[in-house]
Amino acid sequence: MTTVTVETPAPVLQVTQARAAKSEWIKLRSLRSTWWSILIVLLISIGLGILFSDLRGRDMAQHGVLVTDPTQLSLRGFYLAQLAVGVLGVLLITGEYSTGMIRASLSAVPTRLPVWAGKIVVLAMFIFVITLAAAFVAFLGGQAVLSHYHATLVLSPKSGLLVGPLSGPTHALGVSLSHPGSLRAVFGAALYMTGVALLGLGCGFMLRNTGAAIATVFGLLLVLPLLAQALPNSMQQHVTKFLPLLAGTAGMITTGGTNQLSPWTGLGVFGLYVAAALGIGLVVLRRRDA
Amino acid sequence: MIEAAGLTKRYGDKVAVDDLSFLVQPGIVTGFLGPNGAGKSTTMRLLLGLDRASAGTAHINGRPYRQLKAPLSEVGALLEARAVHTGRSARSHLLALAATHGIGRRRVDAVLELVGLSHVAGKRAGGFSLGMGQRLGIASALLGDPHTLILDEPVNGLDPEGILWIRNLLRSLAAEGRTVFVSSHLMSEMALTATHLIVVGQGRLIADASVAELTAAAGGRTVRVRTEEARRLHDLLAADGVSVSSTERDLLMVSGLSSAEVGRVAAQAGIALIELTPQQVSLEDAFMELTRDAVEFGTPLQELAS
Repeated sequence: MTTVTVETPAPVLQVTQARAAKSEWIKLRSLRSTWWSILIVLLISIGLGILFSDLRGRDMAQHGVLVTDPTQLSLRGFYLAQLAVGVLGVLLITGEYSTGMIRASLSAVPTRLPVWAGKIVVLAMFIFVITLAAAFVAFLGGQAVLSHYHATLVLSPKSGLLVGPLSGPTHALGVSLSHPGSLRAVFGAALYMTGVALLGLGCGFMLRNTGAAIATVFGLLLVLPLLAQALPNSMQQHVTKFLPLLAGTAGMITTGGTNQLSPWTGLGVFGLYVAAALGIGLVVLRRRDA
Repeated sequence: MIEAAGLTKRYGDKVAVDDLSFLVQPGIVTGFLGPNGAGKSTTMRLLLGLDRASAGTAHINGRPYRQLKAPLSEVGALLEARAVHTGRSARSHLLALAATHGIGRRRVDAVLELVGLSHVAGKRAGGFSLGMGQRLGIASALLGDPHTLILDEPVNGLDPEGILWIRNLLRSLAAEGRTVFVSSHLMSEMALTATHLIVVGQGRLIADASVAELTAAAGGRTVRVRTEEARRLHDLLAADGVSVSSTERDLLMVSGLSSAEVGRVAAQAGIALIELTPQQVSLEDAFMELTRDAVEFGTPLQELAS
């Protein structure tokens, strides 16, 4: 029969914000679902980016006309990868509610705020680093593929697109990182992904239920723009660009789409949605019984 | 030291915990007893700051739980519902909790060893049996080497060996001077482990007394005696404060005397005894009696009789 050993642990045992964040990092990395999500994000963002670049590049080369933003084209995969990222953000907290882990977490950190802040910091850094790497690979891979295709229309350094003469020398469709807006778009993709993860986390804190939180995140991101199409044209123009999807992805394009906010304004507006979700989530976390 | 004062928790119209006040002292095992649905788990969640009280206060070592700077090293808790992510290994679960306090890996390995889970530490907790889950819960409760332990139904789901292990663990923790507060809906279990009992029913305090006091209140000890000279022993035992009854020939039920005293009287008179058994049902009866009105989902006696 074992007896209780009274071991004196290291001195100054105390909850700090840094320790709470470290705990959240252990929680995040010790779940298989985390790594499955990341694998899916990498496969989709890089794979689809290269695939789309090839399909559209071939098509444009046949017609000899450049009709889309090559940078955005190679980052298209993130529009699908955002699903995996959002779900990961949701599960980071709703997984604790569904299993009862939340009671252990909040017993260890009864002031609760450090749990919330720790999850935000850890998730944001984790997703940003991984999706930034993925975005670089997707961009460089996609542009390498596009460089195999040529059209007579060249890119304008300013708008990204230039309607030039149909006859004349041909140019490769691919662009480099030094192309205006491209480097920013790569960072923009990672920032948007980070925002989607945090939006998921915020909704998870708010609703504490996996299904409800996932439905809310993707309702906000993907369904709102569809609903907005029912608005009269005059209103649509003013409303749509402020919706989370259009605002958040404004940083991923280089051509300054006519119906989107400027990159940093868009990301700023998207940040407000994220901040609102996290803020309400914090209030719920602090007020409600666990 | 745990102190509840006027603790109340309402869910809408329903009162789960009703003006509960009690004190849990260090150095002994205090049982928290009541039928299912009596508000034991809710009370424990209130003590741990997981739920917010509608009224009243709960203090641990003189402070509300939420104000503790290092809660894990002051209070270790095991909650009835498993508080473990099913997808995480036992070791990662403990490492994550330990990290919040800067508790090291060595302590994590030590508590895994202590509860006998070292060999499955890398396995996912979702695959654990109920008993292994309880052991993991106890490991996390002991992580910070706390002076106070709050354990909700710790023997639930344990095999006989595990139950014995818990009993010894609780006693040795109390013997080290710790405050040990253990809930159960089983009187028999508490009779074996606890020194003091706090009994609740429908959220209200029913009794706050030592096990000995509760037994005495239930009509004292009863001793079952079987002898061929039942009539002679009956006359010898009859005295003030002693009642002797007989339901069959050769059998006496004696209350008011200990089995030692009954045996001594019989020996002095040269009466041979066939059986001499102290009856422990009285404590169970005391509990049933105390909580009869408080059983929320009880079966009416008439239904049982028909």
